[in-house]
Amino acid sequence: MNIANHHEQAVDAAQKIGSVSNRYAVELQAASVVFGKGAEAVTALSPTSLKMDAGDFVALVGPSGCGKSTILRLVSNLIQPSSGVVLVGGREAAAKQLRIGMAFQNPTMLPWLTIEQNVMMPLKIVPPFKTTFYKDRKGAFRDRVHNLLEQVGLKDFASHFPWQLSGGMLQRSNLCRALIHEPDLLLLDEPFGALDQFTREELWQILQDLYLDRKPTVLLVTHDLREAGFLAKRICVMSARPGRIISDETVNIPQPRDIGMIYSSEFVEMTQGLRELIAQVRK
Amino acid sequence: MTENTRIRMMSFSLIFGFFLMWEVLCVLLNVSDLVLPRPSEILVTLWVKFPILLPHILQTLYSTLTGFVLGVIIGTALGVMVGTSKVAYAVAYPLLVGFSSIPKVAVVPIFVLWFGSGTTPAILTAMVICVFPIVVNIATGLATTEPDLEDVLKTLGASKSEILWNVGLPRTMPYFFAALKVAITLSFVGAVLSETVASNRGIGNVMMTASSNFQVSLVFAGLIILALLGVALYALFSWLERRVTGWATRGNDITIT
Repeated sequence: MNIANHHEQAVDAAQKIGSVSNRYAVELQAASVVFGKGAEAVTALSPTSLKMDAGDFVALVGPSGCGKSTILRLVSNLIQPSSGVVLVGGREAAAKQLRIGMAFQNPTMLPWLTIEQNVMMPLKIVPPFKTTFYKDRKGAFRDRVHNLLEQVGLKDFASHFPWQLSGGMLQRSNLCRALIHEPDLLLLDEPFGALDQFTREELWQILQDLYLDRKPTVLLVTHDLREAGFLAKRICVMSARPGRIISDETVNIPQPRDIGMIYSSEFVEMTQGLRELIAQVRK
Repeated sequence: MTENTRIRMMSFSLIFGFFLMWEVLCVLLNVSDLVLPRPSEILVTLWVKFPILLPHILQTLYSTLTGFVLGVIIGTALGVMVGTSKVAYAVAYPLLVGFSSIPKVAVVPIFVLWFGSGTTPAILTAMVICVFPIVVNIATGLATTEPDLEDVLKTLGASKSEILWNVGLPRTMPYFFAALKVAITLSFVGAVLSETVASNRGIGNVMMTASSNFQVSLVFAGLIILALLGVALYALFSWLERRVTGWATRGNDITIT
């Protein structure tokens, strides 16, 4: 136990220096998820393997109910695999506290806290920030939150409550909360699903900037093929339930990408190809 | 704001009208003040007897509030235990419902048997009577917390107690205050009940003694005092509730825009 703790401290220290090799690479080795037992068992995910390098940006697309979100929940350790192994940073996800940022489709802001307090929440929970939370929450941490809110255009809404904000604003706050503790692994579960096209494209660009800024490992679940194509370095297509990955393609467009690009013939061709693939597996 | 003032005015006129009607009917129908004294008589009695009544008022307040505070502490602890664990919820619920179905009048003699008459049974009755609504509300609040909200903290690696403090308990506050408002009035009922049966102090005892001496207006004066105290404490907790759980009602007083 002591040795493990010691190792964790060493890893944390290395992360603080910014050593890329210690960041979270993600690996699923034939991981499957079955809910329930016996006759009522439901297979949510067939044995699936997926490998992501540190700093990679992978988009998972596929028909609804195929287990995309299940993969995210596996990686974030909200659920455990029924068989197989999930490795994050070279160790089983359950084995240590991970510094993960996660944003769900539903913004899930805590309604009794202001936007500032909501975005600050990870700093209250995640080490090493939590040790100085009560000292820094009115100083350094608040500045940090305000800087991030300013980047997404929410500077003036820090002291508002969630119900006073529009859906798009809540999703921006959601993104900020996922990023405030500088996670090395960012898990996004259809975070822009419920937004209009313009807000969505705007947030894609914000996310791209934030990604290129710190290069965390990102796993994005989406059903929007243009979103996947615009943001990701790799696109994995999943089959219908019980899902598994049937295609893994690299997007050969250098980053940062321009939003106008999604209307180029090259891009349309790529998304068309993905679309046909998903249309086939839906049957 | 004008809407609010109007509602307050109407509320006040309703109360005033009620007493006016009472007064008028008593005079018109020539009701004996041994049956139903007129409000004006009650007011006079209240005024004249107030110095004698004051220690009893304080006594009842003391029993009620002590019992209430104990009830809140015990109720909250039990509620957290029952609400955070599905097993505890299923196991403890039948017992809790059983306890709550016992008429609380029935437990007063038992407390008197154990602790003698006086303040102790009043406090205990006030406590016992207000525990259940608090347990149920806290447990319900915790058990119905949206898993999404908890997942936010779980992915950050939060411990069970961190989730309880940062999500479960704040989320439960509206339920808690709803329970407090019910509990404070119930505590009054409990304390006065016990005082009427077994005490030589407190408003309950005053009313009991007054009624056996046919001082009917004093009995009613006691009722008025109890009603006023109840309203005052209820208002206090309503005010606290608005301060603490404004987010749930989206009250205008916390809007910043």
